[in-house]
Amino acid sequence: MKKGWVAGLGCLGILVVAALIIGLAGLGIYNSLVALQENVKQQWGQVENVYQRRADLVPNLVATVKGYAAHEREVLEAVTASRAQVGSLKVTPDILNRPAEFEKFQQAQAALSGALSRLLLVVERYPDLKANQNFLELQSQLEGTENRIAVERKRFNEAAQAYNTRIRQFPAVVVARLFGFTETAYFQSTPGSERPPVVDFNK
Amino acid sequence: MPGKCFRVCCLLAVAALAAHAAALEVPRLRGRINDLAGLLTAEQIAALDSKLADLEKSDSTQVAVLIIPSLEGEALEDYSERVASSWRLGVRGRDNGALLLIAMKERKVRIEVGYGLEPTLTDALCRRIIENEIIPSFRQGRFYEGIDRGISAVIQGVRGVYRPSDRGRTPENESGGGPLDWLLFLLVPLLLMLSAAGRWGGALFGAAGGLYLASSLFGGSLAALAAGALVGGILGFVLGAILRAGARSSTIGRRGTWPGTFYYGGRSGSFGGGFGGGFSGGGGRFGGGGASGGW
Repeated sequence: MKKGWVAGLGCLGILVVAALIIGLAGLGIYNSLVALQENVKQQWGQVENVYQRRADLVPNLVATVKGYAAHEREVLEAVTASRAQVGSLKVTPDILNRPAEFEKFQQAQAALSGALSRLLLVVERYPDLKANQNFLELQSQLEGTENRIAVERKRFNEAAQAYNTRIRQFPAVVVARLFGFTETAYFQSTPGSERPPVVDFNK
Repeated sequence: MPGKCFRVCCLLAVAALAAHAAALEVPRLRGRINDLAGLLTAEQIAALDSKLADLEKSDSTQVAVLIIPSLEGEALEDYSERVASSWRLGVRGRDNGALLLIAMKERKVRIEVGYGLEPTLTDALCRRIIENEIIPSFRQGRFYEGIDRGISAVIQGVRGVYRPSDRGRTPENESGGGPLDWLLFLLVPLLLMLSAAGRWGGALFGAAGGLYLASSLFGGSLAALAAGALVGGILGFVLGAILRAGARSSTIGRRGTWPGTFYYGGRSGSFGGGFGGGFSGGGGRFGGGGASGGW
């Protein structure tokens, strides 16, 4: 009789300990996933910031160029239109979980990048404009912002990659499934969105 | 032979990849002025250095100069950002660092600006410094003069906005928490249970603790988990044995023998500034601000 009790208690003890082990390991994994996810969100915030910064520059730039090169209507309109397109996108933090929305965001920004680089190319034909101090300031701000975008996009992608890899690796994948950690979208390199594109002079 | 051709292509692709991966290395930060192209004399370096040291003393802003012989095909902006970020110029939390990068072969200059200096050392201002101060001298081959004027302009650009240095103070942005702090809370009940459980119970609790530690420190790779569990198990076994023996002899009070924060001792990973007379970055971050130019 007594032996049976001891064996039963022993089994129970082992079960409790096993549950404890699994629980503790799961806790650690869960915490690390939360940290990685926060990092992705924070980096995404930075990406949004720099894109917003660029969008804010556009109206000023367009106005300045108009003063000297008003008949480049087509190029100017393309910039204004793609700026409006970017502004009309409602970007919520949820965008990272919605690949379609993310793709739209990326395309809209790429279109603005393309339009802006065409504008800067056209500007080469106007020496007066190129000597204008206001324009030079705007141009250097725009260049700086494009560079910031490249940097923050790269960092966002690194953060997203670390997170996406982690939630698919073995023990973590269990915790990720259990608590609904889903893969985050990230930037694919599309032409015109990395470094300033090589411009076709025949266009 | 198509097979051979294919193999050659593969090799070329691999070589290209390797070359890309091994892009121009970030040099070690040796001082404020890093002249890898041998452009300046020792006196010139000392003069520039003292200017920048004064700036750091009064404003806590860190500015460094890097002169390289060639970019070796890498984009100026990419390289500059990599160098600035790995040197971590500027004080942590204020991110008030800047880098003046000069690539001799490509005849290119860039001022890379840390997050914290972006409002004062704007892209437009950097461009003006490069075009008005640095490039005219460089075009005439007077490199020291160009760098000197450039640095002076950068200092003027930065000044008057930042209060005197408070580098000694701990940065506000210390990352608290972390999985290890949790462990401290777990440790006390864990040790209590350990002493009650004896060797084998200790081994089990140890394994659990090790598993948790390994998973939170090294991620969930199986090897790390197994090693953590094993080490924890052995430690727990030994500790359990000792504690039980201690409890049995009971001449010493329990508390007296407990190693307290035994696991906690090995916390590492935070880096002190390391100001051993030399110059080192203070943990500033960069986000691609600044301007580039060429002569």
